[in-house]
This record gives sequence, structure tokens and C-alpha cells, in this order.
Amino acid sequence: MKTFAELHFPGRLIAVEGLDGSGKSTQIYLLKRWLEAEGIKVYFSEWNSSELVKSATSKGKKRELLTPTTFSLIHATDFADRYERHLVPLLRAGYIVLCDRYVFTAFARDVTRGCPPEWVRGNYSFAAQPDLTMFFKADLEVSLNRILEGRPKLKFFEAGMDLRLSTDPYESFKIFQGRILEQYMAMSKEFNFVTMDANENVEKQQVIVRKLVSERIDLKKFKRRSPLPLPPALAANREEEKEIEEDKAA
Amino acid sequence: MKKSHHRFYGHGIPRVKPEDLGGKLIVVEGADGSGRSTQIAELVNWLETSGRPTVQVGLKRSTLVSEELEQAQDGNVLSRTTLSLFYATDFADQLENIILPALRAGFIVLSDRYIYTLMARDMVRGMDSKWLKNLYGIAPVPDAVFYLSVEPEELVQRNLSKKATLDYWESGMDLGLSREVFDSFLKYQGAMGEAFRQLQKDYKFEIIDANRSVNCVNKELRKKIGAVIASE
Repeated sequence: MKTFAELHFPGRLIAVEGLDGSGKSTQIYLLKRWLEAEGIKVYFSEWNSSELVKSATSKGKKRELLTPTTFSLIHATDFADRYERHLVPLLRAGYIVLCDRYVFTAFARDVTRGCPPEWVRGNYSFAAQPDLTMFFKADLEVSLNRILEGRPKLKFFEAGMDLRLSTDPYESFKIFQGRILEQYMAMSKEFNFVTMDANENVEKQQVIVRKLVSERIDLKKFKRRSPLPLPPALAANREEEKEIEEDKAA
Repeated sequence: MKKSHHRFYGHGIPRVKPEDLGGKLIVVEGADGSGRSTQIAELVNWLETSGRPTVQVGLKRSTLVSEELEQAQDGNVLSRTTLSLFYATDFADQLENIILPALRAGFIVLSDRYIYTLMARDMVRGMDSKWLKNLYGIAPVPDAVFYLSVEPEELVQRNLSKKATLDYWESGMDLGLSREVFDSFLKYQGAMGEAFRQLQKDYKFEIIDANRSVNCVNKELRKKIGAVIASE
């Protein structure tokens, strides 16, 4: 698996991985805000968010129609759609693409569900390796508490109920997440994960994230040449607002 | 109970043991206009009247994604890998919800097209055949596969006499082979025939000359299927 840099893409892809409740989404969001403020061409893509595939996925989940195989394939379809229509063109155009979860989520989850690892990896073999993968590793208890405190009702597939690990959703969730964590740990070296201490406080983690990104990627190469012009309507509004403010001040 | 003859092409489906499968899986492949659907309707009729429980499956018929797949195809908005995986999802859903339970119950499953059409379509569009082979390692090896082979020129005649038009996808119009649908259809069907011959080497199916009359083809199919069923 080659990285986008090794494949001579002008853009770079940064992925975050980790269990639900590891705080990775917060970290990548803060990273995005920083890069935007620095005037860098940045795009954010979330796991399971392709418009076209979404209705099928949510139907499958709601009606509990999914098996390990169809669960895996429908997520691969979703990923392929985002990969081919968004990620690749943006990376060709020199963007920094931030992914909240990448193929490793599938490798960990689908294998935990019983899909053969070679089959899952083969299906995703069209995807290149991220230029940087940060794995947010929190103690299992910490992740579980974060999720279980905030959102008491667990969804069927989220809790791994399809695996019949336990009839209690909370118990099932705990076992399921524990197994996924094992899968992540097992591939950490193979895919060059940079392990982040997700037990640390949010601000401190973000400092480390930003430092790491600026060390690994020469960010000034990804700046927009000129600030993007605002669309006409917005620009007009801004002018008006300014005038109103000025009037008020006067 | 004697051991089942079933096996998967590759990794198969998690927690499904091929030895639990009975029945027969029979596949009829061929382009639109090859007489596939007519032949299958005749075969179902024949099997059921002779007391054989029969189930039919085909492409784009899953509960899970068939509607979404149809929509996506109408708009021609999905990229190649995406469409390919979407079809694989559709196949897997029917495999687990219809084909495998039916085989477990000892039914005869008649499949109106199978993974070969899906693979051939993708091969013509430049997808990696190793990738496809891995993806469709979930499929059980059928007891018999019949490819209804019809010359592209004859397919054109049959499609036009039936619908007075040529289907966008069956003409491979997404490939830009020709701006004219007539030329594109001939080129595309020629390429599909070639892809099937390629697949035939690995997947061993019987090629049936379907340039002949419906009755003539049906007689041959019944004879061959009869032999497959008798070999229990």
C-alpha cells in the first residue's frame, strides 16, 4: 500500500482512527479549523457519509438487514463513492484531505464481525495509504464512559448486537469495542499509525496534533494562492453589514 | 447424510458451512435479448410441474439496495469502483437472504445472471480481474452455468424488435466507444462476449448456442439440467 505522496499526488491525506469516544473527531475538527485559518486548501470527509449510499445503509441498519458481508460491502461502496468522486480529485488538485476514519475502520470492524481479513483488504485495495494516520488510543474504560455517559441508547450495529456477544447492549458494546481495539493494535505497526495518547486533555492533544502535522507536511505548499473571493450575494451582505456597523458607530 | 458437493469460489460467507447446503444452484447467463428470461420462465414452469421446489434470483433484486442502485444508475453518477461494489452488495444480500437459505432447504435456485455478468461488465471497463476475483470469493460455485451465446448482430435485431430501442447500459454508452448507440451496442456486446470467453477459462461454464429457436434451446437446457438434478 503506497501513500499519496509516494504515488506523486500533489495533495496529502491525513486520517484519524480510534474507537468511538476516543475524541478523534474533536481533534480532526480542531485541526481543520487551524488549517483553514492558515489559508490552506483543506477538505474534510467523514466515514459513512456518501449521499447516494446513505439511504441504503440507514435502511439496512434500521431494519437490521445487514450481515457481516453486506455490512462490509455497503461501507466499502460508501467509501469508494467518496474516494472516487471527492478524495482523488481533491488530492489531484493539491488539497489536504482530512478523513475521520479511513479503511482501517473497516479492517478492524469487519474482521471483528468475522469477515476474512484478506477479503476485506482486497476489496479496499483501490485505496492508497494515508500520508499520516493518527490513532487515538484511550483506555477502553475511558472511551466506553464517554459514549455510555452521553448517549444511553445504543444502536443495534453500533453495539455489535449482530454478533450475539451478549443480550445486554452495554455488555455487547464493551466486548465489541474491546475486540476492535485489539484489531487496531494488531495493524498499528504495519500501517505506520502514529499513536496519540487520547487520555490526555483535549488542548494538549491538539498542540501535539498540529506539531506533528506541520513536521510531516510542508504546509506552506498547500496555501491558496489568493483568498477565495466571496460569492457575490455574500460579498454584498458583508458590505451592507459594514455600513450598518459604521452607521451605528457614528 | 452424505457430504454436500457445494463449495465457495473463495473465502465464502462468515459462519456459513458449505456442507450444510443442499439443493442445486443453476445459473443462466447471457446478454439482454439472449432469451434468458424466457428460458428461465420455461424452466421454472417445467421444474415446478415436475414437483421440484424452485426459487429465482437475479441482479438488482435485493431488498437492501435495489432501489438505490436503480436511482444511481439512472443518474449515471457513480464511479466505476462504487458501482461495482454496489452491485456486489446487491448480490451478497440476495445470496444470504435467498440463495443460501433455499439451498439449505434443498431447493433448486435458478439464477438469472450471476457474478460472471458483473465481472465481465467490470473487466470491459478496465477493473482489475484479481480484485474482482477476491470480491466475488463470497459466491458459491453453481452446479451448472449456461451461457446463452448470441451474436451481437442478432442481439441488435432482437432488442429492437422488442423495445424499438437499445438500452444505455447494455450498449455500454458510458464507455464512449461510439457516439452512436447502434455502433456502441455492437462494440460493447462484442467486448462482453470476449470477457465471457476469458472468464470461461477460470469458471467453466457451458456455452449454449442461443441463436437458435426458444424451443430448441429449452430442450437442450432441460436435458442438461435434468442430468445435473439426477446426479444427487
